[in-house]
Amino acid sequence: MGVGTAVALVGVLIALYVALWATSFPQSVAATSASSGGSQLTLETVGAIGPKYSPSHPDWVSYLIKSNGRWVHSTIYTVPANSIVHVTIYQYDSPTGLRNPFMGQVQGTVGGTMTVDGKTVNAINPEETSHTFAVPELGIFVPLPGVPEEAKNACEFAPCEGAAHRTIKFSFRTGKKGRYHWQCFVPCAAGYINGNGGPMQTLGYMDGFLDVV
Amino acid sequence: MSEPNHARRFGVIWLVATLIATPLAILLLGPILPPGNGSEQASEQVTDNTVLLAMATPVLLLVVIYLIYSVICFRQPKGGALEGPAVRGDARVQTTWIVVTSLLVLSLATFATVRLETDYGSGSGSGPTPLTVPKGPKLPVQVIAQQWKFTFRYPTYGGVETPHLVLPVGQMVELHVTSLDVIHSFWAIQLGVKVDANPGVDNVAFVRPTRVQTFEVRCSELCGIWHGAMFDYGHVVTPSAFKTWIHQEQVTFAPATKLLPPYSTTYVPNPTRRGE
Amino acid sequence: MSTTTASASAPQPTHRPLWRRALGFNLLTAVLLGVGGYYLGWFIGHQISGPSFNYESATDENDVALLLAYFFGVVGFLIGLGFANYPLSRLLGRPASLREKEQEGIGRYFGLCTDHKVVGLQYLVGIGVFFFIGGLNAMLIRTELLHDTPTVVGPNQYLSLVGMHGTMMMGMFTSGVLGPFANYFVPIMIGARRMAFPRIESLTFWLLMAAGFILTSTIFFGGFPTGWTGYEPLNDQAVIGMDSYICFFALVGVSMCLLGVNMLATIMTMRAPGMTWSRLPIFVWSVFATAVILVLAAPVLVATLLMASLDRTIDTSFFIVGGGGSPYLFENLFWFFGHPEVYVLALPGFGILLELLPVFARKPLWGYRLAVSGMLGVTLLSFFVWQHHLFVSGINADLRPFYMLSTEIISIPTGFIFLCVMGTLWKGRISFAVPMLFCLAWVFNFLIGGLSGVFLSDAPSDTGTHGSFFVMAHFHYTIMGGLIFTFFAAIYYWVPKMTGLRFNESLAKWHFWLMFISFNSTFLPLFALGMKGMPRRVSSYAPNLVGLNVWVSISAFVLGFSMLIFLFNAVYSLIFVREPAAANPWHSKSIEWQTPTPVPVHNFEQIPVFDADPYDYGTPLPLAGTQAAPAGT
Repeated sequence: MGVGTAVALVGVLIALYVALWATSFPQSVAATSASSGGSQLTLETVGAIGPKYSPSHPDWVSYLIKSNGRWVHSTIYTVPANSIVHVTIYQYDSPTGLRNPFMGQVQGTVGGTMTVDGKTVNAINPEETSHTFAVPELGIFVPLPGVPEEAKNACEFAPCEGAAHRTIKFSFRTGKKGRYHWQCFVPCAAGYINGNGGPMQTLGYMDGFLDVV
Repeated sequence: MSEPNHARRFGVIWLVATLIATPLAILLLGPILPPGNGSEQASEQVTDNTVLLAMATPVLLLVVIYLIYSVICFRQPKGGALEGPAVRGDARVQTTWIVVTSLLVLSLATFATVRLETDYGSGSGSGPTPLTVPKGPKLPVQVIAQQWKFTFRYPTYGGVETPHLVLPVGQMVELHVTSLDVIHSFWAIQLGVKVDANPGVDNVAFVRPTRVQTFEVRCSELCGIWHGAMFDYGHVVTPSAFKTWIHQEQVTFAPATKLLPPYSTTYVPNPTRRGE
Repeated sequence: MSTTTASASAPQPTHRPLWRRALGFNLLTAVLLGVGGYYLGWFIGHQISGPSFNYESATDENDVALLLAYFFGVVGFLIGLGFANYPLSRLLGRPASLREKEQEGIGRYFGLCTDHKVVGLQYLVGIGVFFFIGGLNAMLIRTELLHDTPTVVGPNQYLSLVGMHGTMMMGMFTSGVLGPFANYFVPIMIGARRMAFPRIESLTFWLLMAAGFILTSTIFFGGFPTGWTGYEPLNDQAVIGMDSYICFFALVGVSMCLLGVNMLATIMTMRAPGMTWSRLPIFVWSVFATAVILVLAAPVLVATLLMASLDRTIDTSFFIVGGGGSPYLFENLFWFFGHPEVYVLALPGFGILLELLPVFARKPLWGYRLAVSGMLGVTLLSFFVWQHHLFVSGINADLRPFYMLSTEIISIPTGFIFLCVMGTLWKGRISFAVPMLFCLAWVFNFLIGGLSGVFLSDAPSDTGTHGSFFVMAHFHYTIMGGLIFTFFAAIYYWVPKMTGLRFNESLAKWHFWLMFISFNSTFLPLFALGMKGMPRRVSSYAPNLVGLNVWVSISAFVLGFSMLIFLFNAVYSLIFVREPAAANPWHSKSIEWQTPTPVPVHNFEQIPVFDADPYDYGTPLPLAGTQAAPAGT
């Protein structure tokens, strides 16, 4: 009897553990409202997230979002519907290159362009791409150029304040409500076949949700 | 109490049910069977499905009615301990069954083969060297599958690559489906097209859309985390609208076209692994 | 280790203090050695792969380390249970012996025991546990599918749940009937005292348990994204959780192969006098047919997974295009195993069904030879159809007509089974005990599953339905509606014999009706969902399909609840109430019901001599009639 109860208890605890594991998401972070109207997303992409933000995968590439002045390790971003979203990305990682050079052209942003370190462009060299910010369901594809390999002061772990970086700015418009996924299209996952494993396929690193509410 | 002739009773019930249900299935369900009439190939598939349904209905009725019949008529009375007749087989019944099922099955296989080949693969991926190829002009469209978006390349329009699929109605399209990384599958649902995208392989399918409509494209081979989100909406438009659209796309995506490698039926992009 | 503990006297477990009993080769030692082996392998793996290759190996993404850890863990586990003792003792020249730990009371169920009846019960409980784990995964999956975007379950975890559910069920249920019921009853049915290889029999069980544990441990390593088919190159892209899948299936493959060998050897060489092939119970024939497939197909799986693990660890390119390999190779190798595998799941269901129907219809089995040819026909043909899983993959178009033909043809022997079922029921005297209810439900379920298979074997029709929920509905109808229903029939039929206790009848009836109705309510709409364009293994789908998915999910929850009713019945009746069952509650003429309960360790006082098959039911027809009733027709 006692054994039976213990077994049942262990079973329930295991089921709870599995359910908790299954339902865990990174936290949701809302875009801040921009002074010029619309909202603002400030993101950074780093070559290695570091043990502080990810004890289990310190060497994985990742996105982070600035929230209340701090960098938060999350990829679930909330933006308002039917409005304009301004995005600023601080890119700290070195280039890998796109598997499909088609993504080298900026698509889906306001004007079909982005500014890289102040210069407006509509496409970049696919070999120099380090990451992309893409929301395929909304047609948004923004390639992010990389920091040259020989750059001094390259960033080691997140947060990368002050290290060598590129600054990319662009804007896009949201439509109706929904949960859209966003992802990177550069095979930036070191060591995985095609560069598409690991962080490229894990929520919280190179993939996330854009919750349009 | 005389035993009724179960064989005759059951046979009559089954025959009547079949004669009612099969035409009903064909007439009522046939028109709504997937994948609909969006293309020649889809319409052929609807016909095939209707034929299969027509052959399955009598078989379904045979077994289900038999089950219900025997459960009602061959019961053990309450608390009884009776036994049935000790019959272990009937050569005639067995032979008839073997012959009828074999004929049914072989005719279905023949029918399916003929349909598959006369319909140029029936919208399915037929590999790099399809068995039958339609004659006449064909619009080649390449579907590039990557994790996790389909993009489309039109080799006869300067190799322009676009993120959305638009096809002209009434035009035979020769789809070349390939992948850049893992196995995906291009499923244009209302067009009745399903073609696996394998890396390094050119998988060919033929489809002629017959209606102006919006169709759904989904990936139907598990390709990683966003497999379910790898969907898109394609459009079948009039030939003139298509021409306008493709020329517009050539202008819009001119910067990308400059960056692309020349059109090829397969691509083996780098890197294989990061850092190599 | 020698076999004698308590000899002639009844076992008295309270003699020795607890710590003395805990020493020795038992489950506790096995777990300790298993954990030790795990850490040993992990350490060795990091020494091999850490400083060399890419820097992934230095962190937690070290495939070599995990695979070695699992390997040494399993070896340690098996050594701890005592599986190395007999080979070592023979190597040291000690005499041969057959028996280990057959008389020790409840403890023998938790270790290596060479009594096939103990192994059968171990299998039943072990597979039951993993069945419930797989079922819980399914409940989580259906909870997520209430929404059309990933809401409740993260997308990574969702794919791992889908993969774990499928892999767990497929891996466990290949031995689902052979493990519990064939191990327990085949020796008795053929008049033998044991299986041909009793220690291997126990090994297959413990390999399966180790494998199941390894698969569930994937959640600690990031899960795996490929579903149960493990397709390359996605397999190669995956994080180290994929190695849990590889290890699980490799161990299951070894277990399956050994189980098949054991069954074949037993059935072919250990039949009692008079038990000719034509008097063999049909259940034993189905076990035989299944064992042939197991022996031939399982090694292909093990080899394929070895190649996949080499691709993942030492960067070979069996399946990677960039290095000269081909994903087609994986698809073909996997399905060369995978298709016969599903017949491994179907055939024992046929066997149980045809074994039970004569008992509850009070008639002999109709068409014995036809049924046997049906089973053997399925076995042979199952190796010739696998490319129907690749119809749209871009295989050479010349191949498709052949595989359409072979797939259509395999429905002919499958149809024989239906004819034998119908013939057995014809003019029978059917009573509706719970095992019979499950058998009758099989007929309906497998019919739908089989007919949908005919749709799928037609390549033009398959274009629309491949990789969609239509396929899901098809195989759930054949595997769950087929095998699992007969699995429960076998449980309700044989557990009174195995334990001497009876189930609560009304709870059993509730279980059946709730399960049958909710099963159909869950899986019938999936045909429609597939045809409306919902692919498999997705957690995002078209918004217009939400209604149907909600209906399916609610039905699935009811289905899960019916399983809980069964679990409650099992625990309540077999552990708490413990009401003794009648000696032969179904009035079966099969030999296992003529033995005393509990069945003695050596099964029979004297080896029986058979003079007929076990289907001696029914009143013989008058001599002037059409059919006599000779035994073995």
